[in-house]
Amino acid sequence: MELLSGGEMIARALEDEGVEFIFGYPGGAVLHIYDALFNKCKVPHILVRHEQAATHAADGYARATGKPGVVLVTSGPGATNAITGIATAYMDSIPMVVLSGQVMSHLIGEDAFQETDMLGISRPIVKHSFQVTSTAEIPEIIKKAFYIASSGRPGPVVVDLPKDLTNPHDKYEYNYPKKVKLRSYTPASRGHSGQIKKAASLLLAAKRPVIYSGGGVVQGNASAQLRELAQSLNFPVTNTLMGLGAYPGSDRQFLGMLGMHGFYEANNAMHHSDVILAVGARFDDRVTNTTGKFCPGAKIIHIDIDPAAISKTINADVPIVGPVDSVLNDLLDVLKEMRAEQPALPDQKALKVWWEQIDEWRDSHGLWTAPRYDTTTPYIKPQQVIETLCKVTGGKAFVTSDVGQHQMFAAQYYKFDEPRRWINSGGLGTMGFGLPAAMGVKLAFPDADVACVTGEGSIQMNIQELSTCAQYNIPVKILNLYNGYLGMVKQWQDMQYEGRYSQSVYEDSLPDFIKLAEAYHHSGIKVTQLSDLEDAMTEVFARKNELVFMDIHVDPHEHVYPMHIAPNGSMRDMWLSKTERT
Amino acid sequence: MRRIISVLLENEPGALSRVVGLFSQRGYNIETLNVAPTEDPTLSRLTLTTIGDDHKIEQITKHLNRLVDVVKLVDLSEGAHIERELMLVKVRATGAQRAEIKRCTDIFRGQIVDVGPSVYTIQVTGAADKLDSFLEAVGDAAIMEVVRSGVSGIARGEKILSL
Ligand SMILES: Cc1cc2nc3c(=O)[nH]c(=O)nc-3n(C[C@H](O)[C@H](O)[C@H](O)COP(=O)(O)OP(=O)(O)OC[C@H]3O[C@@H](n4cnc5c(N)ncnc54)[C@H](O)[C@@H]3O)c2cc1C
Ligand SMILES: Cc1ncc(C[n+]2csc(CCOP(=O)(O)OP(=O)(O)O)c2C)c(N)n1
Ligand SMILES: [Mg+2]
Repeated sequence: MELLSGGEMIARALEDEGVEFIFGYPGGAVLHIYDALFNKCKVPHILVRHEQAATHAADGYARATGKPGVVLVTSGPGATNAITGIATAYMDSIPMVVLSGQVMSHLIGEDAFQETDMLGISRPIVKHSFQVTSTAEIPEIIKKAFYIASSGRPGPVVVDLPKDLTNPHDKYEYNYPKKVKLRSYTPASRGHSGQIKKAASLLLAAKRPVIYSGGGVVQGNASAQLRELAQSLNFPVTNTLMGLGAYPGSDRQFLGMLGMHGFYEANNAMHHSDVILAVGARFDDRVTNTTGKFCPGAKIIHIDIDPAAISKTINADVPIVGPVDSVLNDLLDVLKEMRAEQPALPDQKALKVWWEQIDEWRDSHGLWTAPRYDTTTPYIKPQQVIETLCKVTGGKAFVTSDVGQHQMFAAQYYKFDEPRRWINSGGLGTMGFGLPAAMGVKLAFPDADVACVTGEGSIQMNIQELSTCAQYNIPVKILNLYNGYLGMVKQWQDMQYEGRYSQSVYEDSLPDFIKLAEAYHHSGIKVTQLSDLEDAMTEVFARKNELVFMDIHVDPHEHVYPMHIAPNGSMRDMWLSKTERT
Repeated sequence: MRRIISVLLENEPGALSRVVGLFSQRGYNIETLNVAPTEDPTLSRLTLTTIGDDHKIEQITKHLNRLVDVVKLVDLSEGAHIERELMLVKVRATGAQRAEIKRCTDIFRGQIVDVGPSVYTIQVTGAADKLDSFLEAVGDAAIMEVVRSGVSGIARGEKILSL
């Protein structure tokens, strides 16, 4: 058996774990580890320009591939800089392993140079964390970290590594465990068969059903089962912001996103439904609007791997704890049996009436049946930018986004037909996520089109990553929907504060983004006319090996609609434009 | 409603802070808390009492179960159980009061565990409400210091909480 130092163990364990990229930034407490990476490690390391970007890049990689992202940062400021990205991954249940350096064991607790209580600071935003207390336990802890991060409800795991335990002189036997068992951690592997039968009966008895599916279907790789289920029953499907792509955006049975900025037909279908099948979705407040008024006539079936997600905000009539793929497989089997015995179910006449109602909603106010935005202004509309992006990339690109109006337009107007293509921060809503996330995606899929849809506010939160893209030649395409405002903030100020734009304007201080891109060795192109948009974008995506910054000037006064009326509104209460409401 | 939740926890650094952190993070309150290793040194037994409606208690137990360090837990208040708490009380005891306090201690089956010229230190064990009653009986005026261990509990009969 081989003897390795702690630093070497980490390098080797990452290889043994099959890690493809380490996103990180060096510093005193992790220098032994970096030296081991330099000498021996086959896993490429991507040097970001800010630790927050390392976590977002690892996160983007994880969302696109389904494999845990890996981050390596130093103690103190390196660790605290990583916090926002860890919280982002935690809120969206993304698998990630964060290795953080720590001061030497004997200095812990003494306010040593660059000491911070990383386990304490990260505790509320991790799935689990480990403090390494001896070198010999490093392989097992790393194995456990990967296992916990990627099983059950995924999430970030922090491993805190005191510097002395990674020193090159003390060597121990290295043996990477093939498997780990944790007596206190056993995620559900199957749904309860009795509950699944109940769910099947309820679905077959439904007259106004709707499937409400979320990020769990993407994370749990159950998109195929979801499609089969919906199509075999001819039930309508709506996706949360996190679930987009799990059901094909261009399919007739898809009603678009639901929730605060959800589609009219999706929110109405939810409100008027008699049976809701919630799959891998967590009844977030951005979805439900006032919980007391949520879907008054609906019985709710809720499939989730995390028992704590069930009946948290909305009570489930049929709770099913288990992984989406296996539960949906079981449900499909049960449905087949039941339908063989009762071929008349579900009630086709009722379904026909339901679909007619849905199509009526869709035709009257659906975002995809006709342009619902004002096409008479001289400006490019942000919605048109996304429609053009969808067209130019054939609906097949990976699209990352930042946070704001541009994010909502991307979610509403890009028709995602595949899961893991839409990559955004939903739960935490982290501005600055888009560009580093796009880097992680592009590294994982070098031949795919990767677009980062952003705003001039958000992009500046991690703009420094243009340098990382130059160093490693990561040719993502940046679409900056330049509206000259913190647009989402401005929208709320328009709607609730009589247009008092408190700190949502930049007063001519914005950089020349084209020159900025050029300063970072990339190129940029500015578009201000709708007539130039499609050609420019086509050309940009044809430049496969270049990062191009598209600075697209859009209507500064556009709002995102529909928008739930809150407080006290129900799912179906929406603003449909600046002047119309339901 | 008041509940007694008993938890088997990995005896590892940070485990307790995760439990306590969960309560503050999610806005649940802890009335009492005690924790100590069990006969198996790799496990700690933690008992806490909290107040909440059924929905809240369900959320608390689900979130506790979600912690990787939590091996098992039980809501003791759901079944027949024994609840005990230990209390040490230092009281001012002079003149005629000395006999009075002694009598009161006997009634509550407490013990005087330390005696000074003007103070008694009394140990009382029992369910939390019994300890409350003792304090009431002795009266605020006499009480100098109160230390309570927090509630411990165990199910009645064959039922056990173990690996
Ligand atoms: C500006 C802004 C506006 C927003 N507006 C909207 C909006 O209009 N509509 C909207 O939907 N969201 C909106 N959001 C996002 C919102 O905040 C939530 O992030 C989102 O609704 C949560 O999506 P989800 O329910 O799919 O849950 P996720 O956060 O994706 O959680 C997934 C669920 O699936 C479970 N799960 C994971 N893996 C599995 C598995 N293998 N098997 C079973 N279950 C599993 C998890 O336990 C969890 O409960 C907005 C966010 C921002 C920033
Ligand atoms: C880190 C962070 N800070 C603040 C916010 C609050 N916030 C949400 S959207 C938004 C404005 C975003 O502006 P921009 O990136 O230009 O996008 P736009 O809405 O204009 O499309 C702000 C400030 C946030 N989500 N994240
Ligand atoms: Mg903006």
